[in-house]
Amino acid sequence: MTSRFVSSAILTAVIIFLIGPFFIIVAASLSAGDTLAFPPRGISLKWVLKVFQIESFQSSFLMSMGLAIFGTLTALAIGTPVSYALARYKLPFGETIRTAVSAPIIVPGIIVGLALLRYLVIPFGFNLTLALFLAHTALVLPYAVRVVSASMNNLRSDIEEAAVLLGCTRFGAFVRTVLPNIRGGILAAFILGFVTSFNQVPVSLFLSGPGVRTLPVDMLAYLETTYDPSVAALSALLAFMSIGIVFLAERFLGFSRYV
Amino acid sequence: MSDASFLSLERLTLAYGDTTAVKDLNLQIGRGELIALLGPSGCGKTTTMRSIAGLLKPKAGAIRLDGNDITRVAANKRAVGLVFQSYALFPHLTVFENVAFGLRLKRISKPELEKRVKDGLQSVGLSRFAERRPAELSGGQQQRVALARSMVMEPKVLLLDEPLSNLDARLRLEMRAELQRVQKESGITMIFVTHDQGEALALADRIVVMLDGRIEQIGTPEQIYNTPVSAFVADFVGFENVFAVEDGKLKTSQGPIAQSKNVPSDVAGLAWRPTAVTLGKGTYNGTVRGTSFAGRTREYLLDTPLGAIKAEVDAGMPPYEIGESIPFDLPLENAAHLMRY
Repeated sequence: MTSRFVSSAILTAVIIFLIGPFFIIVAASLSAGDTLAFPPRGISLKWVLKVFQIESFQSSFLMSMGLAIFGTLTALAIGTPVSYALARYKLPFGETIRTAVSAPIIVPGIIVGLALLRYLVIPFGFNLTLALFLAHTALVLPYAVRVVSASMNNLRSDIEEAAVLLGCTRFGAFVRTVLPNIRGGILAAFILGFVTSFNQVPVSLFLSGPGVRTLPVDMLAYLETTYDPSVAALSALLAFMSIGIVFLAERFLGFSRYV
Repeated sequence: MSDASFLSLERLTLAYGDTTAVKDLNLQIGRGELIALLGPSGCGKTTTMRSIAGLLKPKAGAIRLDGNDITRVAANKRAVGLVFQSYALFPHLTVFENVAFGLRLKRISKPELEKRVKDGLQSVGLSRFAERRPAELSGGQQQRVALARSMVMEPKVLLLDEPLSNLDARLRLEMRAELQRVQKESGITMIFVTHDQGEALALADRIVVMLDGRIEQIGTPEQIYNTPVSAFVADFVGFENVFAVEDGKLKTSQGPIAQSKNVPSDVAGLAWRPTAVTLGKGTYNGTVRGTSFAGRTREYLLDTPLGAIKAEVDAGMPPYEIGESIPFDLPLENAAHLMRY
């Protein structure tokens, strides 16, 4: 009896800590007051509307979107063949490659960011946008390889041989028999990579400059000068966007199977 | 090209990396023959089959099919079909689309494609399942889809990898009959790989017994079953008492034992089936170690100066007890003469 009580108490606490902040942010963003506060003072939509009028948010939103979409697509373009090779061939350094590919998950983002700044941007005068793009691609690559590998491992290799014996080329066999069967995994990897890239802070923090900022970094900068509820409103909007994406993915793909 | 060498493997050597799997293999297969490649795992039978399909490039030697050297022809241009042990159906396609897969690549007109797929499905009795996915079918049904998928391509040779091993006993009999029927009706040249001698004996026109990347013996099921040429083949087809012969004497753990009659000088070994052993009279003596009732017969395991002997006699004979010492004989006229031991 006591242990049941304890476990449900722990469960409740976990849920409160996980979901609580979300409700606080949503409530704070609906405030009619002028500073970020909880409980909100009065109810209004003015801060939600204000978000759309802040110019720097618009440009940093586009930057984040672009990075998330193209960085993830690039990571998939690299990661899918890597997963295929790791699953199908006994590569001489297979384990090493697997580890190397996962490195960005293990190494703290702040170190990755600093390293990129110190050794790419400063000495070579790398364009910041390009550096951000490379960093986000690298950060998403591990997810691409892991998730695509998971669906590749469930696929027998002899279906490709069967396709070849029925007249396909090797590449044709991949396109006609492997791709359709790992489509779900690729989409799942895309969503996971997109969300990871979009919410990325530490690496992007180091790779910011005049006019080049991702949305989360821009929000931090905004908070330093202006303490109004618009940041809460933007956070709530972004949270709803993520929830929407994951919901659709679960609905149409059974997303949770792949992650 | 004669019909007797429709498919020929000439001094074929196959290897995975540095490991040689098949060495200097020569084999002639006639048009319309049903051939079994029989042997234990690792004997090179599957490797040989994969090289015929073009999935493995030979290290040396040549493969000729229907008068053409196909050694360097790519797998997708060989007109060779393969039914995989795991069936290898495309999980994302319906049964119809699985069977249509190869025909679509050939850009065959739609009405002809539909007709050929439907005929193919009908010939394996699966017309009703055309719109199902492979995962919704039983193992036997999946195998028949795989068979139809290869057959509609009208290959010159159809290869089957352990076609019966994933099926239960009843389905195995059914599938065996099905394969024989398809083969007779289409007249196609078929080669199947198996480790099960019963399957090979029941199904094949000719059996190729393989061991360690070489051919041990080629022959009809009767030849393989009755006159094995080597100790390995003898053991494989149920001669459980196999002895090497040296200077006309049986080599045993207790030293050489002379035979009552002369053994031809080119005989390297002698082998007796358990049913060929005579119990109750004879020149040898053995102690009964174990006995088991097998319906029409009774099996005995004897401890003898020659080593362990397995005997199988009519169950109507009075049974011997464990520990009992009985005379027995290994009649030379019932022995298989082995050329190699």
